[in-house]
Amino acid sequence: MVPLEHYLTLSAILFATGTMGVFLRRNVITVLLSIEVMLNAVNVAFIAFGRALGSADGQVIMFFVVTVAAAEAAVGLAIVIALFRHRETLNPDVFTSLKW
Amino acid sequence: MLRFIPLLPFLGFLINASFGRRLPKALSGGVACLLMFGAFLVSAAAVWSLSGMPAAERGMVDHVGTWFESGTLSVPITLRLDPLAAVMILVVSGIGFLIHVYSTAYMHEERDSEYARYFSYLNLFAAFMLVLVLGANFPVMFVGWEGVGLCSYLLIGFWFTKRSASDAGKKAFIVNRIGDFGFLLGMFLVWVQFGTLDFQGVAHLAGQVPPEAGFGVISIATLLLFLGATGKSAQIPLHVWLPDAMEGPTPVSALIHAATMVTAGVYMIGRNAVLFGHAPETMAIVAGIGVATALLAGTIGLVQNDIKRVLAYSTVSQLGLMFVAMGVGAFAAGIFHLYTHAFFKALLFLGSGAVIHALAGEQDIRKMGGLRRDLPITYWTFLIGALAIAGVPLLSGFFSKDEILFRAYAGGHILIWGIAAVTSLLTAIYMFRLVFLTFHGERAVAGGGAGHDVGHRAAHQSGGHAIAGPGGGGHDAPKAMAIPLVLLAIGSIVAGYVGVPAAVGGSNRIEHFLAPSFAVPGIEAAAEHAAEPAAGEGAITSGRVHDERALELGLMGLSSGIAVAGIGIAVFFFVRNRAAADRLAGSLPRVHRLLLNKYYVDEVYHATIVEPIRRFSERGLWTMVDVGVIDGAVNGTGMVVTGWSAMLRRLQTGSMRAYALSIFVGVVLILGYYVWR
Repeated sequence: MVPLEHYLTLSAILFATGTMGVFLRRNVITVLLSIEVMLNAVNVAFIAFGRALGSADGQVIMFFVVTVAAAEAAVGLAIVIALFRHRETLNPDVFTSLKW
Repeated sequence: MLRFIPLLPFLGFLINASFGRRLPKALSGGVACLLMFGAFLVSAAAVWSLSGMPAAERGMVDHVGTWFESGTLSVPITLRLDPLAAVMILVVSGIGFLIHVYSTAYMHEERDSEYARYFSYLNLFAAFMLVLVLGANFPVMFVGWEGVGLCSYLLIGFWFTKRSASDAGKKAFIVNRIGDFGFLLGMFLVWVQFGTLDFQGVAHLAGQVPPEAGFGVISIATLLLFLGATGKSAQIPLHVWLPDAMEGPTPVSALIHAATMVTAGVYMIGRNAVLFGHAPETMAIVAGIGVATALLAGTIGLVQNDIKRVLAYSTVSQLGLMFVAMGVGAFAAGIFHLYTHAFFKALLFLGSGAVIHALAGEQDIRKMGGLRRDLPITYWTFLIGALAIAGVPLLSGFFSKDEILFRAYAGGHILIWGIAAVTSLLTAIYMFRLVFLTFHGERAVAGGGAGHDVGHRAAHQSGGHAIAGPGGGGHDAPKAMAIPLVLLAIGSIVAGYVGVPAAVGGSNRIEHFLAPSFAVPGIEAAAEHAAEPAAGEGAITSGRVHDERALELGLMGLSSGIAVAGIGIAVFFFVRNRAAADRLAGSLPRVHRLLLNKYYVDEVYHATIVEPIRRFSERGLWTMVDVGVIDGAVNGTGMVVTGWSAMLRRLQTGSMRAYALSIFVGVVLILGYYVWR
């Protein structure tokens, strides 16, 4: 049986990867994908804990997260399309008009 | 029943104040006059039933309710009618009614809404004055006291679009406030000392202690009350407002600034006769201030050229004489003079109003003259008033003024008597100067000159009345003005006969009527009066009676002589030989200028009080406190917020990545804290 630490290590690696994607990539769609990776890293951690503790709670929370992530992806991609139609670019550093 | 006496005029005030704007003049003036007459009828009925009671227990009480209670202090709203209040309510409601009637004609050129405003103020004044007179304790009296001050302010500034009128109103109000402050403090001190504010209760408690030898609590309390009286009754040092108050309509000057309100101070001392009687130090000050005011105002009256101002200084002077009476303990004589003075001074003011009315607002007596032919009714009634105030025998002023002079002399106040006698001479001179310059001789300047009563004058001209042309003197008083003049003239002749002194075969009924009001309640009034040399005819030996009588007759002769001499001097200077008056003024330029400028009292007050306060307010309160501290605090708060915001808003970069980073750093920091702690 795979010990809990392995799952958590995988989760941490995935989360770090996602975070780096959010900060480093210059494309809004990629940033959204990175956020998905971060969310799924958390899902892995939830399920691993649920299994280790013999409880179904982890899986229940995972389903919620997946649902929210689906909604987020739908809204997020719609915004991305709208942004692209207006500004003809997907570089997040360009969208800074909401400042002081 | 007593409550209806002030309530009727108050009802008139409510009607005219709420609907007067929409009422025609006949209705708003009619309502005011009718309710005033109603108040007079109720007063007369009340006084009639009062006089039917036995002398020692004359008094009626109307307990309206409780005003406020706090600890041991309980202030009921109580009205009490006693002989002193009886005289006052008859004067206020009776003469007040006549002046209301006169006003219906005098104010006729005003617009409907202004006309109603005028009568609402006048009715409100009457209501407050009656509360002042009938109040049975200090707080109720104070309500009336402040109320009449308010109405005085409103009516002086009636033509408020004129700068001088609104200034005069403010001056009257502020000067009166100084006096009212003293009145309040005196009232508090009375409460602390006696534990009651009811006039009879205070008199009762004060009557149980001997008169103060030195300068104790009662002296201070009475002195503070007297400060209130100097404010309301225009005595030194607070006399400056009354001459300026002549900016108001003339009937107002007659009612408020001659006949009734300004006598409130005298009345208040009479009301607290026992208390003041127990403070000899205060009494001496009252008499001293009174006689000084009488002389000062009398000398100023000699040289003034505005018909109403001469009368105003004459009022101040006569009020001074009333305070002399109060100060020498002759309370009945003072109230007697108050009562006769109300008739002839109201008459003189209304007469001057008729002159001003006829001359379309002209008030300068140098530009008048020869009006005798054109204004016969005004002339004869004015002459009667002048004779009465000058103290010509057999008219009302003679009896009351003579009573005061006699009491001052008999009480051993020879100096005060001397000055008061000189004042009487001055009174006769300036009154007849007024009569001769206004009604005799020829008109000096044709047409209306620089009018003073501007509001009235402008309205008059647009009203299409006949304006006095060259040689003509305009029209005589219309009926509504003539009838009050005639009635007051009759009053000025006969009013004195209620107080004919014993020396000439009278019985001085008013003094006996008033006596219980000045004595400690419960103690036989006659017993206290028997101790005084002048009043108790029965208790003293026949020889002394003879001496007293000879003295009184002698003084009477002397003051008749003074009156005649005064008129004679006026005849010499202002009828026979007018140039002599100018020569006299020219030979004493300094004195003349001093008098013309009213002893520079206004200027001194302006320099020592008004100007420093103004400068302190401008430089200290305005530029330092208001601009520096208050505005500084407000603007400073704003500037601090702006400054910080200017720095902090840089955090809002608008960059999505920066926000994500800050969230990430924040989460790491919080988690790190919990992990590593």
